Amino acid sequence: MKHIKTLNGATLKKSAAHGGCGECQTSCQSACKTSCTVANQKCENQ
Amino acid sequence: MVHTFQCLGVFAAVDVNSGAVHVLDELTYRLLEQVTPPMEEHCPAEVRDKLPQYDPAALEEAWQELRGLAEQGLLFEEDDYIDREKAASIQQQALVKALCLHVSHDCNLRCKYCFASTGDFGTGHRMTMDFETAKKAIDFVVAKSGHRRNIEVDFFGGEPLMAMDTVKKTVEYARSIEKEHDKCFRFTITTNGVLLDDENIEYINREMSNAVLSLDGRREVNDDLRPTVNGKGSYDVIVPRFEKLIAGRGTKDYYLRGTFTRFHKDFAEDVKALAAIGRNVSVEPVVGKEDDPYALREEDLPELKAEYERLAEYLKDHPETNFFHFNVDLAQGPCVIKRLRGCGAGCEYVAVTPEGDIYPCHQFVGSEDYRLGSVHDDSFDKELSSRFAGLNIYTREACRDCWARFYCSGGCSASNLLVNGDIKKPHHMGCELERKRLECAIALQAIRSGLAE
Repeated sequence: MKHIKTLNGATLKKSAAHGGCGECQTSCQSACKTSCTVANQKCENQ
Repeated sequence: MVHTFQCLGVFAAVDVNSGAVHVLDELTYRLLEQVTPPMEEHCPAEVRDKLPQYDPAALEEAWQELRGLAEQGLLFEEDDYIDREKAASIQQQALVKALCLHVSHDCNLRCKYCFASTGDFGTGHRMTMDFETAKKAIDFVVAKSGHRRNIEVDFFGGEPLMAMDTVKKTVEYARSIEKEHDKCFRFTITTNGVLLDDENIEYINREMSNAVLSLDGRREVNDDLRPTVNGKGSYDVIVPRFEKLIAGRGTKDYYLRGTFTRFHKDFAEDVKALAAIGRNVSVEPVVGKEDDPYALREEDLPELKAEYERLAEYLKDHPETNFFHFNVDLAQGPCVIKRLRGCGAGCEYVAVTPEGDIYPCHQFVGSEDYRLGSVHDDSFDKELSSRFAGLNIYTREACRDCWARFYCSGGCSASNLLVNGDIKKPHHMGCELERKRLECAIALQAIRSGLAE
């Protein structure tokens, strides 16, 4: 495409099929303890 | 829902429900601002009329590219693919799998902004956790975690190194029952570094999968806000110890973690100062009520947002620095189910005090209305836990229409309670800063991937 470059595809939608195992890290335990960002966590199933 | 923004000179569009992210040229960015789905076959005359500065043929070309994305499910997607009942049922299972273990309600620093009232959590008495209580906390999480295998325990305080004996015995005990219960414990510790001697450094680097090292950045900032009990600066005591720990860390995680307040809003300078000590840095806004002198105020928002962008500009040229809050794993991050429910406080994540009392998270400790139970008598208030389990981006009204909902997943219940008196009502300022951080993170990724300059 000339005007648009896609940085990321529909990964969120695709994740609905296999998601919900609950094994991933609790976000608040990682490096913050006050503010939240969940999207920087790792998926344990990848 | 599509969110468009400019940051670091990048024009970007986030297709919220699919997770797709696009980098646009300026013409397409302006055009997309005018689009209401479903898109017509060709660029309508009224849209062209609103953008007279652009060549109509170029607008038509961009229009067709946008239409192509929509046809591929990469633009204007709905969130009807999410099974909300399944997601709610996962949450309501209330499987506890992460502990914030308050091994010490005592501290050897007197940080001015401390949410834990310099260690005692407002109780007026300072104490450390005995091993029997810690053991019961481990038994509690093993029993409550059901079929979840990975269990996280963060040694927290106050200052956890003041209870190192309990820390060591707890790790030893948990490791001794892993196989029997088919669990995998991951230990982390959050420390101010004052008691980091060679023995503690060696132990932490061997046993802890992550070490969170508290330091506020520049010497003068740190020493202003994080004095010792005697009122002296702590920087020169702590930094050599952190440097030693980091040098022996190997491939294990660590974060130098600072707090910024209203007293020092130029926090990009503190990130730089921390990055000179170690590459993994987390600096974040203080938690406080608006009338606290150190607390950030709504009127500070433009300055704080500009500071995040200034930091992102710096990091653009310093990829060796890993700033935690600009990390967003677009392609392989958590699944959408995880992203509905956020931190899990009160259901999958709880805090246990030195007395053995259970609270939804470390920030609720001392709030009697939110006491969930005790590890000593196996009490656990399922009804209260269920209120937390019911929190997600659809049940928090302000999150439903927010473009960042799948990235922040609903924010912090404790901040919401502190500022708004309601765990369901997001803290507006926290949301504004979170959205700005995400825009910076996405723009940085676009630049680093070569899709923008």
